Amino acid sequence: MSTDQLTRRLRGRTPSADTTAPARRWRLDDRYLPVIGTVVVLVVMLVVAGSRYENFLTGRVMANLLINNSFLVVLAVGMTFVILTGGIDLSVGAVVALSSIVAAWMLTNGWDAVVAIPAAILTGTLIGLAVGVMVHVFEIQPFIATLAAMFLARGLCYLVAPESIPIADPTIVALARTRWGPEDGFVLTPSGLIALVVVAVAFVLLHYTRFGRTVYAIGGGEQSARLMGLPVARTKVLVYVISGTCAGLGGLLFAIFSRSGYALTGVGMELDAIAAVVIGGTLLTGGSGFVLGSVLGVLVLGLIQTAITFEGTLSSWWTKIVIGGLLLVFVVLQRLLALRRT
Amino acid sequence: MNVVQSVVRHRLFWPIVALVVLVVASTLKSPTFLDITVRDGHLFGGPVDILRRSSVLLLVALGMTLVIATRGIDLSVGAVMAIAGAVALTQIAASPDPGSLATVAAAIGTALVIALLIGLFNGFLVAVVGIQPIIATLVLMTAGRGIAMLITGGNITTVTSQPYKTLASGYWLSLPVAALIAGVVFAATALVTRRTALGVLIESVGINPSASRLAGVRARTIIWTVYVVCALFACLAGFIRSADTMAADANNIGLFIELDAILAVVIGGTSLAGGKFSLTGTLVGTLVITTLTLSITILGIPANAVSLFKALVVIAVCLLQSPVVQHRMRARRRRTAPVPVEVPA
Repeated sequence: MSTDQLTRRLRGRTPSADTTAPARRWRLDDRYLPVIGTVVVLVVMLVVAGSRYENFLTGRVMANLLINNSFLVVLAVGMTFVILTGGIDLSVGAVVALSSIVAAWMLTNGWDAVVAIPAAILTGTLIGLAVGVMVHVFEIQPFIATLAAMFLARGLCYLVAPESIPIADPTIVALARTRWGPEDGFVLTPSGLIALVVVAVAFVLLHYTRFGRTVYAIGGGEQSARLMGLPVARTKVLVYVISGTCAGLGGLLFAIFSRSGYALTGVGMELDAIAAVVIGGTLLTGGSGFVLGSVLGVLVLGLIQTAITFEGTLSSWWTKIVIGGLLLVFVVLQRLLALRRT
Repeated sequence: MNVVQSVVRHRLFWPIVALVVLVVASTLKSPTFLDITVRDGHLFGGPVDILRRSSVLLLVALGMTLVIATRGIDLSVGAVMAIAGAVALTQIAASPDPGSLATVAAAIGTALVIALLIGLFNGFLVAVVGIQPIIATLVLMTAGRGIAMLITGGNITTVTSQPYKTLASGYWLSLPVAALIAGVVFAATALVTRRTALGVLIESVGINPSASRLAGVRARTIIWTVYVVCALFACLAGFIRSADTMAADANNIGLFIELDAILAVVIGGTSLAGGKFSLTGTLVGTLVITTLTLSITILGIPANAVSLFKALVVIAVCLLQSPVVQHRMRARRRRTAPVPVEVPA
């Protein structure tokens, strides 16, 4: 895909002298189509829900959408890196639990938040590093390596503490309570801000650095990337480290959100993250997709949940069915696009 | 020396070592672990228990093996189990005579038809639409449990039906019925794939679908078949699991069993890259995972730590099977052996 991007960019440059230039300008790049699909779904959902329920399109609901899903945004960002290289990370849900429980355990055992917070994030980094080494050095398929990491992280959770630990640390409580903005308008919390910062950093990293281009190149074709002399080994390990770190940070955000650490949090969260990335228009084969798409994917998932809560009469399991249906529509759409391209 | 080498190099060497270690450790801790006793004409004891408990995972893993052999994966098996249990138990609960054999047979029939449809749906997405298997089956993995909840109406449906209960806890010819079902399915699958050309055809599709199509193999039909078979086996597993508690718990039946099944398949030496499969390997892998779970309780390790040990075993087996380690070990052997000729590829 990286070469594809290059040729596309070249093609985009040359037509300025071409006669077909005006016609071309109207034609959208195929790469953006899945993301535009996500935007359309998001807008349609907002319009339908907004006209159906009172108080839906208010600042508070929209702000809650970001705040309640801030950890999922962070996870989806990390997952995007892994999926772009053609891999997958099943361990993120378990790492969220591990990181939240490490933070809670350290805080209740007299450690300062200044130590506990980096330690919780670092836990995720270490697991990501282990996965990266397993995937790259030992050539274990990402699916199996991250599955093993998932079991490992869950097991470690029970080793640290099998029961839920409440967090009373003043720093965490302050982080959970702080709100910026008008009382009943669009408020921003530290968690929401962290999520936005992560998205911004990931965006720059992926689209404006050599590392980001290597990620796309590996997804497009690992062999070709290696032949081009790109640092495939380093990049492949790094994407899992990034995903692990994001999961660690996600766990911290979850600990702030729930003000506790519990070994059973985040069960199935990896699937939510993967679903968000796919709905956000990233191809699971790797090499094509955008971080901002994944953010939109998370918002779509959050919006489904919010709308079903607003509806009131619908049972919670409809959330799963709707997400499954949406996933189906998006993968079929992506497939049709891929067919059109060839 | 050569015999030792070929044994050590055998695909199933490390998984079997793991199995033996687990059994020995359990026997050391609880000396009666391997004893088999006859009570009321039924066999009881550690090995029988392992067989009975393995049945659900073996059924799911068998279907998964065939799917993985075509370079696919089926994440929806756990959801299929939940749907199977929900459909069968809801139908039995709604019938006027839950205890009759005809009712149970009809309920099982309905659930099997639904599983068939699910398999067709997965197969359609993979074989016809051409979506990657992992994401095609993720759709039903996500939506499936919601559908099962829809069928049970969000309740945990419980029924009392002797014929259905037999599936999980009954005995026939002094052996557990569940283990017999899994055994018969295993034998039938082995017979059909290894005594006919089907196994080779499945492997050829896994190696290269378009090449095998050009060679005259109906790749599309084969892919479709394996997903249907996988869903049907998962449905059987769903019957056994739901008959165990006689409750259709849509949220918990078969939760994460897809992961255990994939692990069993991989521990058994079937590569996720497709093109090669070993049913015996899957059997060994299933036994390793079940014995692991059982040994942990016997060894007095808290049940919560199961996943930690599972992770350690999986990581150990996968590392030992990984190309890099295999290569290193072979190189070391070559160095110690006085044979100088062997050109590294």
